[in-house]
Amino acid sequence: MPSQVVTVASSVGLHARPASLLVKAAASSGLSCTIGRVGDKAVNAASMLMVLALGVKFGEELEITVADGENADSVLGTLADIVGTNHDEDNPHA
Amino acid sequence: MSSFNGIGVSPGVVVGEVHRIRHTVVDHEVPGTPRQVLDALEAVAADLERRAIAADIEVAREVLQAQAMIAQDPALVEAIGARLTDDITYPDVRPAIRDAFSGFRAALESLGGYFAERVHDLDEIADRTIAELSGEKSGPVILSAPSVIVADDLTPADTAALDMRYCLALVVAKGGPTSHTAIVARGLGIPAVVGCNDAEQLESGDVVMVDGRHGLVERNPDEATVLHHKTREDALRARAAAVTGPGRLSDSTPVNLLANAGSVSDAVSAANAGAEGIGLFRTELLFLSRETEPSVDEQVALYTDVFTAMAGHKVVVRTLDAGSDKPVPFLNTVPEENPALGVRGWRLTRNGTGVMRRQLQALAQAATDTHTDLWVMAPMIDTPAEAADFAAQAREFGIRHVGVMIETPAAALLADKVLAEVDFGSLGTNDLTQYVMAADRLDARLSDLTDSWHPAVLRAISLAATNATTLARPLGVCGEAAADPHLAAVLVGLGVTSLSMAPVALAEVRGFLATVDRATCIEVSQIALAASSAEEAKAMVSAVLES
Repeated sequence: MPSQVVTVASSVGLHARPASLLVKAAASSGLSCTIGRVGDKAVNAASMLMVLALGVKFGEELEITVADGENADSVLGTLADIVGTNHDEDNPHA
Repeated sequence: MSSFNGIGVSPGVVVGEVHRIRHTVVDHEVPGTPRQVLDALEAVAADLERRAIAADIEVAREVLQAQAMIAQDPALVEAIGARLTDDITYPDVRPAIRDAFSGFRAALESLGGYFAERVHDLDEIADRTIAELSGEKSGPVILSAPSVIVADDLTPADTAALDMRYCLALVVAKGGPTSHTAIVARGLGIPAVVGCNDAEQLESGDVVMVDGRHGLVERNPDEATVLHHKTREDALRARAAAVTGPGRLSDSTPVNLLANAGSVSDAVSAANAGAEGIGLFRTELLFLSRETEPSVDEQVALYTDVFTAMAGHKVVVRTLDAGSDKPVPFLNTVPEENPALGVRGWRLTRNGTGVMRRQLQALAQAATDTHTDLWVMAPMIDTPAEAADFAAQAREFGIRHVGVMIETPAAALLADKVLAEVDFGSLGTNDLTQYVMAADRLDARLSDLTDSWHPAVLRAISLAATNATTLARPLGVCGEAAADPHLAAVLVGLGVTSLSMAPVALAEVRGFLATVDRATCIEVSQIALAASSAEEAKAMVSAVLES
């Protein structure tokens, strides 16, 4: 099962736009994807509620794992990109 | 004729018929099978998706899409399945549905901040699912004629269901200036009043006038009232459009007009709005929600971006104002009984962590790299000794203009000694008001006490301004007060030399100040100081300024 550790780049953390993008990508991949803090319990990356409930903040390190299957590596790359990109530069809560 | 007051969040004056929106709350047993509950969730998700596609505004679309995803969430489906295990018709499925949401609800609530805001989404999805099952779901709102929408609260799903072409204005009982309703209304440019508690007295068919700048809703308004409000609104718009360039009174007395900012994109809007600089750059954003302190290099990068956006202009930066309503995880580690009066702002240097020194170092370096006219000030200064301590540390890093926020009664009372230690002062009127009045500014029940127009607040400002003038120290105002054109005239009359506000407020204040001279500003400042309440001060000053 391919996995990768990524640092959260969005300033609001894994919330709002970044969380939506991640969950959408995980759900549409057709593969079982999990996400969690390194060494901690991982949750279903296709569940918005579970991802939000992790309460992940900016700068935290997360481990993403994708079940073996066709395109597993490219799915992992996509998810890692989403987490590692800042999606809220125009954060209205400034 | 009866009038209702609220908070004006999107300017404009309109008259129209009320269309009242009420939310369906199912208060009886709702029977169902597990399959029916899941189908209802799916229907709610599909409905939210449809509304998302139709939404005019990006923030609304994102919230609706997120809600649709929650309604289809595999973890939620699993939680419902665990509570409705048998393939039978349960007499009441409401408890199972609410209970399935409750675990997630509690988890998000305990995380606080952005995460806790999602709790409302969960409640709304649960309500919609139950309404869907009971067949009482509220259908799309059909507006057959242009109407003023009145509701207790408007959720993104509500506003997405409205045909905005027929929406003249929005009036809601709940919410504040940053609520969803306010954002939507400003985005569409329609007048809106929020926090209007008495709005519940309005019914469909009532005729009302809404003044979204002044936060007023008038039922059955007479022609003269409507004409007065429309004329005033037109005049304000014309005045704002007529004047450009640096801030000046009609007799050419300069008043520095600056913008408040908290991010690089704010600095860009400030430059676009013709601000003469930044009068308050809040540095909290980089620190909030962090487990560890951002490195000096990371700070230098952010400050460089901000300074570059305002190239050639003065930038006033406030050092980290952590604590109270803006706790920073790695600094505010001790729970406080009374955080507004606790270890916040410059007081955090008592912890000896060196965070402020590293921030000063980063600011100085970014200013040198970009040749910026950097001014730095410390928040929450009480005493001359604290002012001297900050000034010494900032000057050590080569910062040329060092100042303090005057936001506690102590600093205002000792302004002669506090300002003598530094190069400039800035009145933080939001906190100064709450501390002078001993009233929490976030508590809506005390909003009559937390008004910066209060003569008690103005007398504290006057004391600070008189001493600043004697010492020849520039004294600015950064707070909501600066964005109120009449209050801006009073502040200038008291001796304030610069005003810093949200970029969106600049044009109106600039336009208004160009119509008054220094003598008038002094006259109204004396009138305001002599008043015995905020309302009286406001009314008496307005009578002079609008005559």
